[in-house]
Amino acid sequence: MIPHESSDTVIRARGLSKRFGVMQAVDGVDLNVPRSSVYGFLGPNGSGKSTTIRMLCGLLTPSAGEIEVLGLKIPQQAEELRKRIGYMTQKFSLYEDLTVRENLEFLATVQGLPKDRRRSRIEELLGAYNLADRARQLAGTMSGGQKQRLALAGAIVHKPELLFLDEPTSAVDPESRRDFWEKLFDLADAGTTILVSTHYMDEAERCHRIAILDTGRLVADGTPADLTHGLAGRTIGVRASEPRKAQAALHAAQGVISVAQVGNDLRVLTDAAAGMESRLREFLRSRGIEADVKPIEPNLEDVFVSATHSGHKAQAA
Amino acid sequence: MKARQIFAVMVKELRQMARDRMTVAMMLGIPTLQLLLFGYAINLDVRNLPAAVADLSGTSGSRALTQDLFATGVIRPVAGVRTPQELQTLLRKGEIKIGIVIPSDFERRRIDGREALQVIVDGSDTSVQATARQLAQMPLDGRGPSSVQGQISVLPLYNPERRSAVNVVPGLIGVILTMTLVMFTAMAIVREKERGNLELLITTPVSSGELMVGKVLPYIGVGLVQTTVVLLLGVWLFKVPINGSLWGVYGAAMLLIVANLTLGLLVSTAASTQFQAMQMAFFLFLPSILLSGFMFPFDGMPWVAQWIAEVLPLTHFVRLIRGVVLRGASLLELWPDVLALLAFTVVMMSLAILRFHKRLD
Repeated sequence: MIPHESSDTVIRARGLSKRFGVMQAVDGVDLNVPRSSVYGFLGPNGSGKSTTIRMLCGLLTPSAGEIEVLGLKIPQQAEELRKRIGYMTQKFSLYEDLTVRENLEFLATVQGLPKDRRRSRIEELLGAYNLADRARQLAGTMSGGQKQRLALAGAIVHKPELLFLDEPTSAVDPESRRDFWEKLFDLADAGTTILVSTHYMDEAERCHRIAILDTGRLVADGTPADLTHGLAGRTIGVRASEPRKAQAALHAAQGVISVAQVGNDLRVLTDAAAGMESRLREFLRSRGIEADVKPIEPNLEDVFVSATHSGHKAQAA
Repeated sequence: MKARQIFAVMVKELRQMARDRMTVAMMLGIPTLQLLLFGYAINLDVRNLPAAVADLSGTSGSRALTQDLFATGVIRPVAGVRTPQELQTLLRKGEIKIGIVIPSDFERRRIDGREALQVIVDGSDTSVQATARQLAQMPLDGRGPSSVQGQISVLPLYNPERRSAVNVVPGLIGVILTMTLVMFTAMAIVREKERGNLELLITTPVSSGELMVGKVLPYIGVGLVQTTVVLLLGVWLFKVPINGSLWGVYGAAMLLIVANLTLGLLVSTAASTQFQAMQMAFFLFLPSILLSGFMFPFDGMPWVAQWIAEVLPLTHFVRLIRGVVLRGASLLELWPDVLALLAFTVVMMSLAILRFHKRLD
């Protein structure tokens, strides 16, 4: 394979839409996923993440829009694409009544690995994913984290150029999640492009680029740093002696998008950068609430709230 | 025990039950189907048995007698034959159930009061044998002393002792294959759907055809083992004679196995849970066991039931296996049923592949 620079695009989608009956699951999504990157889909449940992934790998036919993955037209050339992608489903989808090794052997064979390379590849995967001493254990008897590692090993048994992961860590503990992400970066380092959906902010923060989906629409995309910088000045911290009361009051303040309590502090997201800090201070004082108001660094959760908020406003309009 | 608690569980149960449309359909469908099948289709008074007459005497008296026999409605003529040998061939092929031989000295025998008529019966179906015996008791013409009543002899072929095991065991192979294999295959595919394995499988380069063939091949082995077990026990415990070739027996079994497996595949494309697949397999099994001729005589059923029976693989298998095991026929002689099973398989397989998409929508 010719080495590519990271600027070339592996997945390109234009106006991607999917309708199930009266429900618009995905609505006009445009995507560009660069090679060798970890690209995240961030969104709440039901935002269209799974549906989009399934359309991109040819499992669902789009209602409208165009898809090009690895230079192939989807869904027309989906059969051809299947040899070059790996897919890890949200639910554990390997055979629980087969052993770890049997599962990998089965996948290696259906993925068309020649017999002489199968054994060495399986040994390699068992080693790399800490499954060597569990090779003869039934997959169904393993913990969530172990199943996750096995599923990932199974998805990359044929060394795909592109890997789709649909909420891969929703059933595992935080430590297994961290290990899992280390593996993903190893794969990306070796040249694999990874598209992963998640509803965890900390996971989204790790991605090279993210796309935020909300009720089927793409509401923001870019690198996590760019997205958070875009909110500079719009996030304000409020420390009040009665945080619940302050929160209730702030909801009524003009220009406030959201107020979240974090410990004893309030995290306020506003719709404008300039002058909000002093306006909020004034506002609270006029209500007789004593509070310490100061600007804070925006994070991805603020980006998410801001993006989904403007999405809802656009829909209401 | 608190009534309120029981009530809460009961209400929950009823709600879940009502939400599963397939179960509700089965609750009403099974009794309806049973009633219709038992009420209309099951008729032990066999009529319209296919028959042929070898009239060696060719007198006006013998012709009148032949007409009287057909006039009873119990038998109907399907072929003209000249010799008793031809009758035997037709019986072996299953084209007729009853053969009547009128000897050349028929008139003399009738006057002498000796046996004047021989009824050869296909004994591989015991209810047909019983009917033939009734036929022999019938007063055949009302011409007083010249009546041949009591002058008819019945010659049952293939199961002269009328042992029901001989009659039942060969067909039982088919019943067991039908009962188990449709359900096994249907559940095997639906299980992958239910557990989410299929979502992964369809993203791999495996094609639908490869997936289906690969999934059903092991069950061909299962079916052949089942056939062998029933056959061995039948021969060993019940002394069932195998008059035809073993190749014929296994050939027939193979045809039914493949037909059932493709039916199972089709069921699997319609069912979304293993429980539904089981219910559907059971729903298909009911008419098979009642209409195939295994339990009740095919010739006693109204034409609608016969028509439905012709679509069921078990009907054709029962004919084949009785032909091979009891009458010593070859599969070649029984070609219409072989063809029917092959056609069934091709149709079911095509439908299953058409219905199975490597997509989720």
